[in-house]
Amino acid sequence: MAENENTTNDPIIICEDVHKWFDDFHVLKGITTTFKKGEKAVICGPSGSGKSTFIRTINHLEEHQRGTIIVDGIELSNDLRNINLIRQEVGMVFQQFNLFPHLTNLKNITLGPIQVRKMSKSAAEEAALALLERMDIADQAYKYPAEISGGQQQRVAIARALAMEPKIMLFDEPTSALDPEMISEVLDVMRELAHSGMTMLVVTHEMGFAREVADRIMFFDEGVVIEEAAPADFFDNPQHERTKLFISQTLQH
Amino acid sequence: MMEDNSHKILSDKIPFYRDIRFLKVFFQILFVIGIILLTGFLYVNMLNGLSRQGIELGLNFLNSEAGFELSEGIDFEPSETYLKAFWVGIVNTIKISIIGIFCATVIGFFFGIARLSNNWLIRQIASVYVECFRNIPLLLQILFWYALTRVLPVVRESISFFNSIFINNRGVYFAFVERADGFNAWLWYLLSGSILAIFVVLGFAAFRYFFRFRELQQTARPSFISNITFGAKWAAAPIFLIVAIVGWFLTPEQPFAVTRPALQGFNFVGGMSFSPEFSALLIGLAVYTSAFIAEVVRSGIQAVVRGQREAARAVGLKESQVLRLVVIPQAIPIIVPPLTSQYLNLAKNSSLAIFIGFPDLFMVGETMINQTGQSIPVFAMIMVSYLIMSLTTSAFMNWYNRRITRVGK
Repeated sequence: MAENENTTNDPIIICEDVHKWFDDFHVLKGITTTFKKGEKAVICGPSGSGKSTFIRTINHLEEHQRGTIIVDGIELSNDLRNINLIRQEVGMVFQQFNLFPHLTNLKNITLGPIQVRKMSKSAAEEAALALLERMDIADQAYKYPAEISGGQQQRVAIARALAMEPKIMLFDEPTSALDPEMISEVLDVMRELAHSGMTMLVVTHEMGFAREVADRIMFFDEGVVIEEAAPADFFDNPQHERTKLFISQTLQH
Repeated sequence: MMEDNSHKILSDKIPFYRDIRFLKVFFQILFVIGIILLTGFLYVNMLNGLSRQGIELGLNFLNSEAGFELSEGIDFEPSETYLKAFWVGIVNTIKISIIGIFCATVIGFFFGIARLSNNWLIRQIASVYVECFRNIPLLLQILFWYALTRVLPVVRESISFFNSIFINNRGVYFAFVERADGFNAWLWYLLSGSILAIFVVLGFAAFRYFFRFRELQQTARPSFISNITFGAKWAAAPIFLIVAIVGWFLTPEQPFAVTRPALQGFNFVGGMSFSPEFSALLIGLAVYTSAFIAEVVRSGIQAVVRGQREAARAVGLKESQVLRLVVIPQAIPIIVPPLTSQYLNLAKNSSLAIFIGFPDLFMVGETMINQTGQSIPVFAMIMVSYLIMSLTTSAFMNWYNRRITRVGK
């Protein structure tokens, strides 16, 4: 257990009674929780439990209809300025990578810094190349996303999110669309990021990663958090029947 | 022995009527002969019919005096030839097509994007626009716009905007930039500017290529070509611009001047003008086609996967930037092929000009047929002209499409 020396007691995300409906379907049924600066939280649960929807409400890709979400002291309201401010603080990595296919990998990364942060092109490119170096794919800078492997694409996507120098990183099943042999190269990068002190919310089925990196595991089912605990307690001493079933099923293979 | 025998039969010489190689060629030749016979028969039949009416087929009439006037287009006198009249028609068709395509594209993109707006009212207005104009016959729309131009005020009571645009029942008059006395002198500055720029860029590229090769290799892929494009952007373009601007001020007279229409006697003089016929046809074609283009644009934008917008938003881009930097560049390759069809439709639909008396290619051709009876040759000329224009348009659009889709693949 990498007991995270980085975790502080300052809250950075505060969620209170967050509700969300898709038409008649009640996806999130009152989520109340606080994430601390530097915390690594792994969110798991069966599909359709609302775990992805939950992290997507944090940068307002999904709108919540009731309750409050405060990110780094900014409340997510209907204020367009707040939404844009929060999106600059929060980086996101998607299951399907969602790289921009019409731009080179380098330009995928520099787009945000140049357009949103108003960085100069040369400074942005320098920073982007450094990030690609950190992701161990500096030689792919001038290629297009379609020309590199899935694992490399996902690392470019992580670099794209990091280029905005976010305080929080959201990962929405970052390894689910990858071939098995590419999963580890992405998890390595995420592990390194965790050790650097980034606040991370990770939706994943990689229980090995969860056990190793997470400070807290949250188990979602039918729109509520039915159990949350440190990895040791969560895996070795689950309280809830639903959690026990889930763990026995995921650890079987 | 039996086995050997059967083997021998199979590898025997194939009779020609079963030989695939022979049959392939044979049927093609048969087909071509059939077509030649059929066209020959029709042609002879047509010649007989025409000679019974006392008409000799040929293109000689093109050099005879036309004897009719054309209401607009490049200068034309009734004493000039049919060929010249036909050329005036072609130029008019090209003019209405190009201006029409430009307007239809701008309006179409606007309404196509508006149909996807988050604003309910804008979305509804765009839907109503599209549904109205693409569901009313084009001819009806053109006649309607033409009827509207007939009830505009007389010249003396023109509707005027900013003293630069005047609208009356004789047409639309607006200020326009025209070549002035200093234009030719300025051209010399442009020429010398380009020559200077070419030398500078070659020198610049050679310098970077030979002397800074090692240093640049770290961050970019230097090639002579990339050095030239770099030099063109950072050295040649500025030099050319500076020479052009300096030249602008050094020439004794202005190279260009804005001329405004002014009332002189019974009409406006100066600037640029569109006749009521041209205006009605232009509005009709542009509005009708823009409704279709709006749908093409909308479906192209919707074809870009949702994840692209989400990723762009997650990076912090504003909605307008999401559209401009991420969605539209990916939608363009999807939009271009159906957009080309709409451009071709517009150019061909411009032949409806005949209903309001705008002298386009088709109307001039019809007049020629009425006067000479040379229906077949003139129809052939008209068809070939449209064909050439359409094929040129699609060739250009195909080239553009290849150019944009090559990136990112």
